[in-house]
Amino acid sequence: MTVTAPVAERPAKEPKQSKRPQRFNEGTGRLAALLLSPTLLVLGLVVLFPIISALRESLFTSGTKLDANGFIVKGSTFVGLDNYLDIFKGDTGHRFWNAFYNTTFFTVVCVVLETVLGVAMALIMHKAFKGRGIVRASILVPWAIPTVVSALLWKWIFQADGVANQLIGAQVLWSTEGWQSKLSVIIADTWKTAPFIGLLVLAGLQTIPAEVYEAAKVDGASVWKTFTRITLPLVKPALLVAVLFRILDTLRIFDLPFVLVGPHKDSVETLSMLAYDQAFNTRYGPAAAYATVLFIYVAVVAYAFVRILGADVIGEARAKKPGGGGGGGKRWKKKNAVKGSADTSVGAVAMGGGA
Amino acid sequence: MAVAGSLALLATACGSGDDGSSSGGSTAGALEGRGPITLASGKDTSGNLQNQLNAWNAKHPNEKVELKELPDDADAQRQQMVQNAQNQSDAYSVLVTDVVWTSEFAANQWITPIPEDKVPDLGKLVPATVETAKYRDKLYGVPITSDGGLLYYRKDLLTAAGITDAPKTWDELLADCQKVAATPGGKGMNCYAGQFEKYEGLTVNFSEAVNSAGGSIVDKDGKPDVDTPQALAGLQELQNGFKTGAIPKAAITYKEEESRRAFQDGKLLFLRNWPYVYSLANKTDGSSKIAGKFAVAPLPGKDGPGVSSLGGHDYTISSFAKNKATALDFINFMASEAQQKDNLSKTSLAPTWASLYDDPTLIKQFPYLPQLKASIATAQPRPRVVKYGDVTAAIQQAAYDALSKGSDPKATLTALQTKLQSLITP
Repeated sequence: MTVTAPVAERPAKEPKQSKRPQRFNEGTGRLAALLLSPTLLVLGLVVLFPIISALRESLFTSGTKLDANGFIVKGSTFVGLDNYLDIFKGDTGHRFWNAFYNTTFFTVVCVVLETVLGVAMALIMHKAFKGRGIVRASILVPWAIPTVVSALLWKWIFQADGVANQLIGAQVLWSTEGWQSKLSVIIADTWKTAPFIGLLVLAGLQTIPAEVYEAAKVDGASVWKTFTRITLPLVKPALLVAVLFRILDTLRIFDLPFVLVGPHKDSVETLSMLAYDQAFNTRYGPAAAYATVLFIYVAVVAYAFVRILGADVIGEARAKKPGGGGGGGKRWKKKNAVKGSADTSVGAVAMGGGA
Repeated sequence: MAVAGSLALLATACGSGDDGSSSGGSTAGALEGRGPITLASGKDTSGNLQNQLNAWNAKHPNEKVELKELPDDADAQRQQMVQNAQNQSDAYSVLVTDVVWTSEFAANQWITPIPEDKVPDLGKLVPATVETAKYRDKLYGVPITSDGGLLYYRKDLLTAAGITDAPKTWDELLADCQKVAATPGGKGMNCYAGQFEKYEGLTVNFSEAVNSAGGSIVDKDGKPDVDTPQALAGLQELQNGFKTGAIPKAAITYKEEESRRAFQDGKLLFLRNWPYVYSLANKTDGSSKIAGKFAVAPLPGKDGPGVSSLGGHDYTISSFAKNKATALDFINFMASEAQQKDNLSKTSLAPTWASLYDDPTLIKQFPYLPQLKASIATAQPRPRVVKYGDVTAAIQQAAYDALSKGSDPKATLTALQTKLQSLITP
């Protein structure tokens, strides 16, 4: 069904790539700079400025001392890296590593569950059957619900006399410290975001040409073989981007545990909640330090993910060989039409899905 | 990622309270200037606040008050007020502040002192409520609404068990539970519940237990004083309640509404809650199984009547506001007997005007007023400290550990005392 579009695209794409190294002439370069400047300005304002400002803020502290009249001494003092060092010291250090563990735990468990369920959902949604439209829409409903609202829904389900306890026939106090509160967050998060992975993978599935499956059938490949050798490799670019987005999102998880279980609960306290807690008590320096540490953690994880698995986030590796990750992002290889059609970025995948 | 990086900045960089007009911070201290002002208050759920403002505006066409509605959630209200103050914006003139925020706001000089002689009705207000508006013996606001805990009890079951009066002590309460459990109607009933989830309500309930046993969390001079035998007795009472099952296990997840539902479903003999439960539990539309079957009493204590924590709101003046003279007049208007009476009868919010609790027509409308008066008259404010957010979190941590994990109460209080000492600077 979608086979014609990518194949037709091929000749147009090849020359573009060979043009890449070619220099722009001066006029074109100036025009490009001019055209890009509004974007760069906006990016600088909304991305660069807050980051630099937060970094600066994290080196200061304010409002910690009272004067003789009981008024807080105004102004902020430069404390260097003290805010960062404090994070790892004593009680706060214990709290930090606990939150660090929780954040990582939620990320690993939730993303794995969501990926498995999401792919399963995508495979179901991809099948042609009666009422497919309704199934697709209903699977996407959780994703459309704001996190706080879904947290409130699940809170209602998980309360002491709630539906969850009625179903399992035992009185589990879900919001108390322990594995049960972690489990409640995992269930609610998976319920909400598996459809997101499902949606992106579905878009990827729709770009896989039917001929490949036909060929597999002719060759007598089993269903499992077809799935592992054809579907997975060809859907991998879309899947990796979806998983990366989920990882970045889950590392910042805040509202779900905050509303569903509550603040200051060791079992579900995450790094974002620590930063929030500091900011809430008007200690913006330490809050910025926590936020920066989280920022670095997220950045490192994202970088590692892209390097190791070769996730094609911005679609630059359009011509990269599928499955040829492991740092092969810079290599440009020739490949046959089928591979090229699957190795498209998310944007192209989504467009292909509509074809 | 950028969002994560700038999380902390939201509070400082993205404040939108300032509408471009110049800061009025320089006039802090002097209550001068007349003209239009604003009132920053939590969501006006009853709609009566706007009515009151209309009444004021009709009389003062040149000094109109505009309502700036803040979110329903108290934390969100505080956050907006803090942002507004940090931007030194004059967008909010009069702030409706929770009684526990006074110290923090005053110490940061976000709100302005009000000379006591400028509030002529101060003497008519319940003294305990006026204390909530003070920081270091200086008045920073006027209490307009109050709130105190009440003991709700199943009068029908107590009568059936031959008990005529509500319990005045914890021992009496537990004994009453035993007696009721022996009657046919008392089968499967839980004895007592309050609010024990890890949130502000736990601070309220823990403080009440400690105060009711003769202890305190922070003493009169503002120093932590929680490592005492009295405080220990209070904490142990709650802990034993959970251990013996007098307090149901599920109560560790109760906030106000969860505990109200348990009481309304007829599962609880005694409930500690605020006055708002009264009319809801008396609804005859089927939502409550105990309409007309319960009564209220002041909270019980260790050896006599208990001590409630104080709720409610003070009206304070932002240091950065213009037209502070108008703001003060407006606060005095809201504190007046006529306005408080009107507000009570329309919203059922507890007033601070002492004599209203003895008004026969109001008592007819709100039969719990005499008990509420007793509750508020002897109530203690929660710790009045600058770092209230940290202090209440520390209290919740200690109490929650003791109640949910059964940690050693003595060691818990010793640790809490140390923690509070580091948070409360003399």
